[in-house]
Amino acid sequence: MTVTEVSAETAAQPNAEPEGDGAPTAAPERVFDEVLLEISGVSLSFGGVVALSDVSFDICKGEIRAIIGPNGAGKSSMLNVINGFYHPQQGTITYKGNVRKKMRPHRAAAEGIARTFQNIALFRGMSTLDNIMTGRLLKMRRGLLWQALYWGPARDEEIVHREFAEHIIDFLEIEAIRKTVVGQLPYGLQKRVELGRALAAEPELLLLDEPMAGMNVEEKEDMSRFIIDVNDEFGTTIALIEHDMSIVMDLSDRVVVLDYGRKIADGTPDQVRANPAVIEAYLGVGHG
Amino acid sequence: MLYRETGQFKISYAADQSVFPIAQDRWFIAAALAFAFLVVPWIANEYMLQAVLIPLLIFSMAAIGLNLLVGYAGQLSLGTGGFMAVGAYMTYKLTTAFPDLNIIVAFLLAGLVAAGVGLVFGIPSLRIKGFYLAVATLASQFFLLWLFNKVAWFYNYNSSGTITAPPREMFGVVVTGPTATAEVRYTVALSIVVVFAIIAKNLVRGRIGRSWMAVRDMDIAAEIIGIRPFQTKLMAFAISSFYCGVAGAMLVFLWLGSAETEAFSINESFNVLFMVIIGGLGSILGSFLGAAFIVGLPIFLTNAPQWFGAAMPIDLQKHIEIMLFGSMIIFFLIVEPHGLARLWQITKQKLRLWPFPY
Repeated sequence: MTVTEVSAETAAQPNAEPEGDGAPTAAPERVFDEVLLEISGVSLSFGGVVALSDVSFDICKGEIRAIIGPNGAGKSSMLNVINGFYHPQQGTITYKGNVRKKMRPHRAAAEGIARTFQNIALFRGMSTLDNIMTGRLLKMRRGLLWQALYWGPARDEEIVHREFAEHIIDFLEIEAIRKTVVGQLPYGLQKRVELGRALAAEPELLLLDEPMAGMNVEEKEDMSRFIIDVNDEFGTTIALIEHDMSIVMDLSDRVVVLDYGRKIADGTPDQVRANPAVIEAYLGVGHG
Repeated sequence: MLYRETGQFKISYAADQSVFPIAQDRWFIAAALAFAFLVVPWIANEYMLQAVLIPLLIFSMAAIGLNLLVGYAGQLSLGTGGFMAVGAYMTYKLTTAFPDLNIIVAFLLAGLVAAGVGLVFGIPSLRIKGFYLAVATLASQFFLLWLFNKVAWFYNYNSSGTITAPPREMFGVVVTGPTATAEVRYTVALSIVVVFAIIAKNLVRGRIGRSWMAVRDMDIAAEIIGIRPFQTKLMAFAISSFYCGVAGAMLVFLWLGSAETEAFSINESFNVLFMVIIGGLGSILGSFLGAAFIVGLPIFLTNAPQWFGAAMPIDLQKHIEIMLFGSMIIFFLIVEPHGLARLWQITKQKLRLWPFPY
């Protein structure tokens, strides 16, 4: 949790007090009723290994949805199913009201789903700016001949998208490394550039696979702030996987918990925190 | 001290995105081009043009083509010689069938045919990567040469089995064939290479180049942000083969005058690949530097002993040349694995601070 957020919450505390005894979540007044993505009865297995079995949950427009669970619970597999890398053997995925057919990941990108990876998947040989510009590729239309001339419409288009990329660079405060090859950047900045590349695509649904893994406290605070700001300013729906429970509980509106490929809990952070199945999955069964 | 960008501020994205953002670079390139176009044809002798400059230009063209594929799109290919042969034989067929056709147009059409052939041989790249893909592209090398040897139609059923550049004129000047002067052929080759080098540079700094590099660096992530890997790779194969095809046509029609399939053997494929690796993967400038290195070094090594007045038996000289050539390649790869283009970049970085490095 960021320092500023703590103070904001404590400031809000007196107003929240009379209404109930529940501890305040990140934004108690947020209401989401429009379902953006619905996953129902999804099962996925690789040969004999069952990665997901009969998982159902939904992601509403505008919310921050966390997917948590112990290692090997199927969280990353779930994200891979959502953006079309894996095709579940059973179950349906309904995105923006349409049941999705079997497809390649680039179709998901065209429909407005962007993501970052657990272990950074940047284009290491390209500069920060070029990496972010690749996020704009889907929006660029000029064909081979204009590209070959790099003149007129092709150049105008390039500049329009450059302006958008610069907007993102400003937003993420990475102006200084604009022209640095990303392979040379430190880990925390690479994560930030990867977020920038996903944002450049102007996604409706942003999937973040452990955006704060391996970061120090300060970097985690920065990243949390960016995630909240992205959700706030761009209205992007976010689904994130994260292991740091304090961050998950503070950031997310709703949490779904997976264990051994099954859904064991789903609800607000407080509901999930109090759920005995979740406690059992994380801490083990009590004996005696 | 002269080479620095102090005081050169960019106030528009267009200026910031230009190929040579530093004014000194622009002056240097302009001067070099003016020298190459206006001065070289007058001062260079026949030997210089025929043995050094024309092959340098032609192999630069082929190296640019292969660099687009290997250096930018990350698809290793050993089929360069085959695609060059397609360009040469198609130009021959076109220009003998339509003698009135402008020879440059014939080059470009032949390049398009080569692009189509490259597209077909690029299909395995959907499934195969790296060295395995290189082996798969060997198929194109061997199949195409076999085809041009076997099917007499490609060399118009002549008894020798060679293709010969017929005399063709452009604006009243003989451009190809035995009567074309080296100066004219040099100028034509230079014009083609300059135009296509600019086009290559434009491609790689725009949308298409970024999608190539994305596929090269991380194909999974590329697909996630909406790039279609297969189409992108195929486009790289097609455009690369176009360049190689035009280079092959230039090889026969602007340099050798006549050739058999032997001129496009696997050795040529390796030579062009060495040019790309030594020059610098993913660099248009590197393609020129690599071509200059591979074309120029043997000539330098052949002539160097004479300059120092040292006479030695020709076979000994030839062996020393090969040994030196091999060891210099190894030396360069150890000193700078990213090629001559990277060395050049480092030099420029140092020059910016010189004489006050911190």
